[in-house]
Amino acid sequence: MRFSGLRVLREGLTGNTGWHAHWRDATPKSDYDVVIIGGGGHGLSTAYYLASRYGITNVAVLEKGYLGGGNVGRNTTIVRANYFLPGNSEFYSHSLKLWEGLEEDLNYNVMHSQRGQIVLFHSDGQRDAAARRGNAMRNQGDDAELLSVAELRRIVPYLDYEQARFPIYGGLLQRRAGTARHDAVAWGYARGASDRGVDLIQNCEVTGIEIENGRVRGVQTTRGAIRAKKLAVVVAGRSSQVAAMAGMRLPIESHVLQAFVTEGLKPCVDHVISFGMGHFYISQSDKGGLVFGGDLDMYASYAARGNLPLAEHVMEAGMTLMPMIGNARVLRSWGGIMDMSPDGSPVIDHAGIDGLYLNCGWCYGGFKAVPGSGDAMAHLIATDRPHPAATGFRLDRFATGRGLMDEEGTGAQHNLH
Amino acid sequence: MRLVCPVCGERDRREFYYQGAALARPEGSDWGPEWDDYLHNRDNPAGVTRDLWQHEQGCGAWLIVTRDTVTHEVLRCDLAAEAGV
Repeated sequence: MRFSGLRVLREGLTGNTGWHAHWRDATPKSDYDVVIIGGGGHGLSTAYYLASRYGITNVAVLEKGYLGGGNVGRNTTIVRANYFLPGNSEFYSHSLKLWEGLEEDLNYNVMHSQRGQIVLFHSDGQRDAAARRGNAMRNQGDDAELLSVAELRRIVPYLDYEQARFPIYGGLLQRRAGTARHDAVAWGYARGASDRGVDLIQNCEVTGIEIENGRVRGVQTTRGAIRAKKLAVVVAGRSSQVAAMAGMRLPIESHVLQAFVTEGLKPCVDHVISFGMGHFYISQSDKGGLVFGGDLDMYASYAARGNLPLAEHVMEAGMTLMPMIGNARVLRSWGGIMDMSPDGSPVIDHAGIDGLYLNCGWCYGGFKAVPGSGDAMAHLIATDRPHPAATGFRLDRFATGRGLMDEEGTGAQHNLH
Repeated sequence: MRLVCPVCGERDRREFYYQGAALARPEGSDWGPEWDDYLHNRDNPAGVTRDLWQHEQGCGAWLIVTRDTVTHEVLRCDLAAEAGV
């Protein structure tokens, strides 16, 4: 499936009857070199890079629902590389570079928009922390600029600079950060993988993992048994359930993170803005809706919907920061299921069983990681070595205490991230 | 969501602090797999779970709440001191 201006014109004049699906809706074979459980952003990008970079195409992606129907289709679409700690820093830097070449690589418009992200600070202490983080980002080779209030007023005049409780002292800007069209990312990777021979199998739920003598042999699914030489579990949101099929108990607790979108408005918020003193961040979609969110509801949940107190809290924080949004009407809200790890950082690692690989624990930061995670996971599966940009994402860091990546500095404990 | 504190009655979720899964604390203080399990690894069920909450902005009691993580239905609230963890 390819697009062109001429094609759009012709289809427009002939009732749009000539379009067809972007990828093959495959039926499962009995045997694959690699089976990837999970047809979300990370699973699809893993399949794509396995095929495009390592020439491994005898691959199946098993998805229990429809492709891209999980968190990649229900997030706030932000892409950035503003992490502080070694381990995270080089990984997100690598991922952002992949984003910058993604549309050319996939030949697919993922509407990647490097509109800039501004994290505001509201005290001298926060300014110091922002300067330190900005320096860490620049040392990593990424961009960061510390903005004064005068500079901020020029580019984001609509913030409430006068309020006494949380005065704005400035902001840390990353110009290369921004947003992307989340569904298109899943579709682009799906098309790229399918074109290279990967079988994308929907409505295929894994019900069991076959392990013989410490080695993975395959999976049981609702569409029959499938043998696999290597098996990748890429199911953030349901990691604990799938890992339990292999007898594993993961350092993950699932939480709900809510997000909200307003009716479509004319362009008014040109950047991604994060409030440094409240749980609130916002951007405007290309369709015009203000897309915003806040913190977790802070208790374990698989409900994919949150509670009203948190919704009220997010609205209050938004109104504190930019009172102009009070005139917009909220269209809908939703909740995603977050794989929360104890230190707030993810896992891309061997599972300790031959042929089994684990990709989980993305907390609330999985979307921007989609290209980097797929690249690193494909590297791990193909070479049995961690990708140079993802050596820190070890599963055993909690048991050993070595290499914990706790960006918030609050401790590696489940209810603190 | 509302929780029924055995001391104070039915109260808004905002009065409560969520600690996490209600687990038995390992014996001794030597680091090992038991402590790793206790601190990090979780069953994390999609369904009925037991977790520890504190009625932080009420009586201060620690509670063991039995609830469903898929439906948010609250099945039981017991005092941790009486139920044992």
